[in-house]
Amino acid sequence: MTNLAIKLPGLELKNPIMPASGCFGFGKEYAKLYDLSQLGAIMIKATTVEMRLGNPTPRVAETASGMLNAIGLQNPGLEGVMGSELTWLEQFDVPIIANVAGTTTEDYVEVAKQISTSPNVHALEINISCPNVKQGGITFGTDPDVARELTQAVKAVSSVPVYIKLSPNVTNIVSIAKAVEEGGADGITMINTLLGMRLDPKTGRPVIANITGGLSGPAIKPVALRMVYEVSRQTDLPIIGMGGVADVDDAIDFLSAGASAVAVGTANFVNPFVCPEIIEKLPERLHELGFGSAEELIGRSHRL
Amino acid sequence: MIRQQHMTVVSQQEIAHRIFELTVEGDLVNDMMAPGQFVHIRVADSYEPLLRRPISVASYDKEKRQFTMIYRAEGRGTNLLAEKRPGDGLDVLGPLGNGFPVEEAAKKAYLIGGGIGVPPLYELSKALNGRGIETVHILGFESKSAVFYEAKFKELGDTHIATVDGSHGTEGFVTHILNELPKDFDAYFSCGPTAMLEAVQWAYPEKKGFLSYEQRMGCGIGACFACVCRTTKSETDYIKVCSDGPVFRAGVVIS
Repeated sequence: MTNLAIKLPGLELKNPIMPASGCFGFGKEYAKLYDLSQLGAIMIKATTVEMRLGNPTPRVAETASGMLNAIGLQNPGLEGVMGSELTWLEQFDVPIIANVAGTTTEDYVEVAKQISTSPNVHALEINISCPNVKQGGITFGTDPDVARELTQAVKAVSSVPVYIKLSPNVTNIVSIAKAVEEGGADGITMINTLLGMRLDPKTGRPVIANITGGLSGPAIKPVALRMVYEVSRQTDLPIIGMGGVADVDDAIDFLSAGASAVAVGTANFVNPFVCPEIIEKLPERLHELGFGSAEELIGRSHRL
Repeated sequence: MIRQQHMTVVSQQEIAHRIFELTVEGDLVNDMMAPGQFVHIRVADSYEPLLRRPISVASYDKEKRQFTMIYRAEGRGTNLLAEKRPGDGLDVLGPLGNGFPVEEAAKKAYLIGGGIGVPPLYELSKALNGRGIETVHILGFESKSAVFYEAKFKELGDTHIATVDGSHGTEGFVTHILNELPKDFDAYFSCGPTAMLEAVQWAYPEKKGFLSYEQRMGCGIGACFACVCRTTKSETDYIKVCSDGPVFRAGVVIS
């Protein structure tokens, strides 16, 4: 019997597979398709203090083996998420990782303090890497000192372990990872989307109303894998890896690169059943590769 | 219930310039609830192109377990879809969205369509006629070469065609025809470009109307927040075209 369970700060995962934040809403749509209790965890859509209506449309554009999005953190706000979405999710036997976003340190602190008290929120994912909001977001994730200070501030108020979501839009991601480690982070989630754009060849105008958007999907997997590999070798923090994961072998790759668990993002839009399908295939694939557990695979590439 | 199913292509033919009629077979048809719903098609098994394509259902037949889509081949995705041949498999997610409320029409309905918004009105017209409701079809196209299903609509009721270049029917837009027609109907249903939907709403402020909207989509099931529109209800109210619509009562969506 292949053991898929993974233990991480705050999280006892049945298996290492979870939907990534922003690609799964608050679970309601996917709950109509399958039992969410099958998932290792759920990373819910980013929550801000106040409700946000997001960016103008078009908000998405397809690119070669990927897509751009600039949703703009649309969400019902802290009160709406805690009062309605999280309560609804309590019916499932699955730990929730709450994605926290804001434009100021005070925003992050406020959301972290309150949302971490929800009974089913077992960890926070601090979104210092959203490329699609005009203030905050990515600006917290591109300077090591700012990232460290924000980590400390959030750690001071959170009732659950804190994972920091890193941006790939930096020259040295390891320096940011080390900074949040110093700031007391319990783990890292990586990577967020890569900033990109697409033009309409007829008019020359950007396709996305926000002009730029975050690139995701299979196109970014090599970048994500390289970054997970580098960060896992140079910090001691556990990593939830993501970026272009679309099938079981992609998940194997991220574990091998040094991630302890794997999040699936854009692939949920293409195949809404992708998470349970990867979970179902994982034991057989591990067995074929000669591993008795998912845990044995973590960081395999470092040992070669 | 929403399903993801590998369906089988029964037939595919070009019925107007770059307009294709594609019929597929599979159990997913049993779950279709109303005219105006759509499906989300994966045109390739590879990651290129990556996303699904939302395509409206033009007609369905539960006994035969078949449904028909009509689409314009104009981009990478739909050009690949146009290459499918009978016997090929097709990855279909659906049925998605809420269709037209046929029960809202009492005696006579206007069905107003533009271009590739015309197809869902065909199943709608069949459903309305099945309930004994008189249907009048007002359909707009770019030019004569883009016109399709004129004879099929004529079998179901009065049918008026407008073309932008005047090469067939009335020259201009559907609104030019609407101006000439009596307002003796109790409900209208419309699908087409946003500008057309706006014009139709303005033409009949006092009538009960239902409009099917189009918006660039990601997931098609309401999770990704790509296809949102604001509403007239309040500053902060919004709808998702894919899962709350695509059909909305006239006067609700700010487009």
